[in-house]
Amino acid sequence: MSVPHPDLVCSDLTKDFDAFRAVDHVNFEVPQGSFFSILGPSGCGKTTLLRMIAGFQSPTSGDLRIKGKSMIGVPPNKRPVSMVFQHLALFPTMNIGDNVGFGLRQRGFVKSEIKTRVEQVLERVGLPGVSQRRIDQISGGQKQRVAIARCMVLEPDVLLLDEPLGALDLKLREHMKVELKSLQAAFNTTFVYITHDQSEALVMSDNIAVMNNGQFEQIGTPHDVYHAPSTAFVAGFVGDANKIDAKVTAVNGTVLTLAPDSGSEMKIDAPSSGLSVGQRAQVFLRPEAIELARAGDGVNVSGGVVESVLFNGANSSVTIKDQSGNLLKVALPQTGDLAKLRKGDSVFTRWNPKQARCYPMVGT
Amino acid sequence: MVSDTSRLGFYLLLAPILLWLIVLIILPHIGLFIVSISEKIGPREYETGFDNYAAFFTEPLYWRTFARTAIMSILATALTLILGFPIAYYIAKLTRGRTKTTLFLMCMIPFWVSELVRTFGWMILLRETGVISNALQYLGLIDGPVEMLYNDAAIMVGLVYTSILFMVVPLVTTLDSLDDSLIEAGYDLGGTSTSIMREIVIPHAMPGIVSGCIVVFMLSLGNYLTPILLGGKDSLWFTGMIYTQFITRFNWELGSAFGFLLLALSSLVVFAGLKLSRQSLTETMGRT
Repeated sequence: MSVPHPDLVCSDLTKDFDAFRAVDHVNFEVPQGSFFSILGPSGCGKTTLLRMIAGFQSPTSGDLRIKGKSMIGVPPNKRPVSMVFQHLALFPTMNIGDNVGFGLRQRGFVKSEIKTRVEQVLERVGLPGVSQRRIDQISGGQKQRVAIARCMVLEPDVLLLDEPLGALDLKLREHMKVELKSLQAAFNTTFVYITHDQSEALVMSDNIAVMNNGQFEQIGTPHDVYHAPSTAFVAGFVGDANKIDAKVTAVNGTVLTLAPDSGSEMKIDAPSSGLSVGQRAQVFLRPEAIELARAGDGVNVSGGVVESVLFNGANSSVTIKDQSGNLLKVALPQTGDLAKLRKGDSVFTRWNPKQARCYPMVGT
Repeated sequence: MVSDTSRLGFYLLLAPILLWLIVLIILPHIGLFIVSISEKIGPREYETGFDNYAAFFTEPLYWRTFARTAIMSILATALTLILGFPIAYYIAKLTRGRTKTTLFLMCMIPFWVSELVRTFGWMILLRETGVISNALQYLGLIDGPVEMLYNDAAIMVGLVYTSILFMVVPLVTTLDSLDDSLIEAGYDLGGTSTSIMREIVIPHAMPGIVSGCIVVFMLSLGNYLTPILLGGKDSLWFTGMIYTQFITRFNWELGSAFGFLLLALSSLVVFAGLKLSRQSLTETMGRT
């Protein structure tokens, strides 16, 4: 028996638009039944990458394999992939049943077979008996599910999703995240999801690729990408972080001593930062990695004054201004006595040397 | 108080269109209808009756011309749609920005010249001593001069040419509003060019197709200049027949009856077209 191929493999995939390189030697593979997200800011090339997988654009060089078969030169209507479009692209001139049955009609299924399959898939997405309704008679969340049903009825090897949650309001978006993840588990189909919203990627994915300037900066589990970002871009893009520019003044084993451009000295335990004395570095510090205290001394402790309190329920934070005027964003737990912190209060900040990340400064 | 003034404003704004409708459309039609049901029994002696309408049905030349005009107009409408749809699709879907504006403008430019001048243009091309005839002789493809004017094909060319803009404009508008991602979704789900055209593009463009067809059909049916100039004296177009009754024969009674029959015909064909395509008049006209 041969080893099963991963559902989707991209090797050295590159796409040039005239002089502009939109996708630059991208390599990745997605195992069967997993939820893979491509996360990046707008203009990073993620949509181009997705459109190449769907077949709407052809790569300049590199190979793209689905279930082991090369897809180069295969038109979109012959590929075993389906796509959920950004604005869903449901056909407004057809009712829901005809929308979902469109792909089956193209494949020449008989009418009765189409009808049963459409009903089955609508039931699986939790919308039984809606096939006679028009598209404008259902809600935004239901449209999402119809769009997914329209693709899943064809049993594709890979389902591509192009930021389909972007148009929904916040509450529904939160709900659909959970629902998409459970639909993916129920269908056990490979999902490739592109988004610029890090929380969508973190909540739903088995693996995330962080993309910037046409390249993958890091591929890893949501936990890895968040807690062990491999580049400065990933550290800054995924999650909130305080960014501090500093200069390395001493290296002692894995412990670095850094002097920020202004403010007090920092100690960071970074095993493989590759930094040496005299080099400039960028330090990233998560707001929730910083502790607040009324009094304190020790490593990485500094005093400051509360500049502002941003109350947002469980996600509340405060901005602390230290003696040299630098601002630091710190998560504010709503359970301790510090929850009553007010503007102008004096506090101390402290953080563990293991919880900061530092990277060599690029471009200097 | 406020509602009184706003109501006054509403009626003032409505007044011009009401005046236009009543004075220029409704009153003349009532007058024409009264004339059409008057029978001349002696000098300045009239009787009310439907003899003029009966004359239409008893004289084969009249109703044959009538049927011929209707069929030729429907044919012209179909040809205009077949020619106009690819042009509109190309402009709306396959071009962007500047090219799109330029192409659209190029469709419009011929219509800045009067219809008469444009029709004379076709005569210069098609007549016996015209451009095409001379070119074919020069190339040695034909021996003697050939007359391409004064036949049904020439009328058809003229009608399609005159009315194609009125087909292209509503089609471009509706096709423009078709989201490209719908076409891509069609391909993604396994559709072929033909099935996407049939199931996605044409149903979406239906209001544009219908409104374009209505306008082109009415323009062809009521066209006078093109059939007379390109079809010659024997073009047998119904508007020509109405003209003859009014001007040459001085038989206003029969002419009025013909006018009403033409109105009934165009209403009937438009109604049938709407029913066949399952569109409503308000919807098609509201879109463009």
